[in-house]
Amino acid sequence: MRVLDGGLVTTVQDTGRYGHYHIGMPPSGAMDQFAHTVGNWLVGNDDSDATLEMTYMGADVEFEDDAVFAVTGADMDPSLEDEPVPTWTAVRAEAGDTLSFEFATEGARSYLAVAGGIDVEPVMESRSTYTLIGIGGHEGRSLEEGDELPIGEAAADADEMVGTSIGEESRPDYSTTEINVVMGLCDYRLTDEGRRRFLDADWTVSDEADRVGYRFEGPDITDMFEEREQPFGAGPDVTNVVDLGYPVGSIQMAGQPIILMRDAVTGGGYVTVGTVVSPERDALAQCRTHNTVDFNAVDVEEALEIRRERDDLLEEIRGSL
Amino acid sequence: MSDRTIARQELPSPRYEYGGDDWVFVELDEAMSFDANFKAQAITQEIRRNSLEGLIEVAPSNASYLIQFDPSVLHPDELIDELKSLEDETDVSEYQWEARVFDVPVFYDDPWTHETVMDFRERHQDPDSTDLEYSAEINGFDSVEAFIDHHSGAPHMVTMIGFVPGLPFCFQMVPRDEQIEVPKYEQPRTATPSRAIGFGGAFTAIYPVPGAGGYQLYGRTPVEVLDVDQELSGFEESMVLPNPGDILNFRRIDREEYDAIREAVEDGTYQYNYDRVEFEPQAFFEDPRGYNEQLLEVLD
Repeated sequence: MRVLDGGLVTTVQDTGRYGHYHIGMPPSGAMDQFAHTVGNWLVGNDDSDATLEMTYMGADVEFEDDAVFAVTGADMDPSLEDEPVPTWTAVRAEAGDTLSFEFATEGARSYLAVAGGIDVEPVMESRSTYTLIGIGGHEGRSLEEGDELPIGEAAADADEMVGTSIGEESRPDYSTTEINVVMGLCDYRLTDEGRRRFLDADWTVSDEADRVGYRFEGPDITDMFEEREQPFGAGPDVTNVVDLGYPVGSIQMAGQPIILMRDAVTGGGYVTVGTVVSPERDALAQCRTHNTVDFNAVDVEEALEIRRERDDLLEEIRGSL
Repeated sequence: MSDRTIARQELPSPRYEYGGDDWVFVELDEAMSFDANFKAQAITQEIRRNSLEGLIEVAPSNASYLIQFDPSVLHPDELIDELKSLEDETDVSEYQWEARVFDVPVFYDDPWTHETVMDFRERHQDPDSTDLEYSAEINGFDSVEAFIDHHSGAPHMVTMIGFVPGLPFCFQMVPRDEQIEVPKYEQPRTATPSRAIGFGGAFTAIYPVPGAGGYQLYGRTPVEVLDVDQELSGFEESMVLPNPGDILNFRRIDREEYDAIREAVEDGTYQYNYDRVEFEPQAFFEDPRGYNEQLLEVLD
């Protein structure tokens, strides 16, 4: 497959690179795992096959061989040879066909799954691109005009998938305004009043929102914290802690809240106050700059139930294909 | 001074915290100490050995540790119960490990970090001084020279790797009242040169790649701590040079030596000066100065 235009930020991603967090290596991988997984299933791939993740403005690609593909996630008005193609649907392309995308009209990230997967060389058992240190994907970077991407061997039944579609009722709604979080980590640093204000406030996604993290704008956070004599090694600011590990999905308070995404910095010295429930990290990945959300506190059992419901939905979709 | 010891820290009860549905964070202490760090290292090594089904990531940090797991296989409360029993069984004075002692040449007050420091003065607590001048002053040193002598005068233990791949956080192996402590920049910088030596809280960091950063900048090392392609000598087993528990000795060098070492690194001919030792916490706690001298003999 040949890249005719890289779009805004387009990278090769899969389910992620695991087992290296202790050396400071975040998982990377598709920011919206649900859309990535369903896209793969639609074309007969495994969920671990690599897809293209496109951000806000999609890429233009040319198929060099006949292919079966599916577009999931944000709607970027895809068209094949200038004919609109349905999203969340397996579609056939012929050798030489051009697939083009526009600006996202809903959501932020669109996924292009091709039968056989984007077959770049895995690095540490993953094809995911991690641009900070330039590993994975295609040369460790976002795609540019002229890049050639190898496609793996399609599953025997890929052709039979053409026309298969995910029902409207199973497609996620990208107008989320409420994000469920489990408060915790170092939230003991918040005053009761500070916690209430954090949860009551509307938070707007700033333009510093990328694969590393989403910075939010909202009320001043500094007076949400308990004054204390800072422990040895933490540093003098009320939001400083002795440098510690940050979970993917955690909310760190560095001037403003930052939610760490799949290219997270793995640790640091700012206080963390909670963690977004895992399926809702997918929802956040589709949340656009200037969108406003509020955080809803749930306990761990509710969080596990939200995850089970998502797993059940995926099972149902897999069963229907 | 030679009779000084590392005071043992009584650790509070750990805090076990859920990180959403798929992480558990355990804070052993709010304050930094060797006791807290050694305990984090010991417990995380033990949990790796137990190879509990459903574990995804096990990451020790300075005074805490972090675990990711698959909740469809392992319930967070089951994991926490396991961690609590490991916590009860772990005695850091009995814990010892094979550490590598590395010679890390540092060109203090180098022109590259100096330029960065001057570019971001408005984000600093004291825009009229340099990071070295400011850090020397607030830690009660008479001069930058005396401050550098102190920073390079005793080895540092790697207590955490993170932020970005391969970035070591290092804690100087001296009693607490000899530890340097400095704040981070009031607003993080958007740029830091690669291989910069920074300091924040009570930790030295070596920045493996250029990028954002909030630590005070003191110098630059010509050697790499991250080699993604694993082509350089010393990176055969991992793309990251030091591990937690390894010991770095920052050795002051001048421009000439910096350039010579940098050339060797770029040629691929540089060989790290390092050796392995069996690190015994108890012996270190009792006589840090004498023990450090003994450790550094392996570099001769």
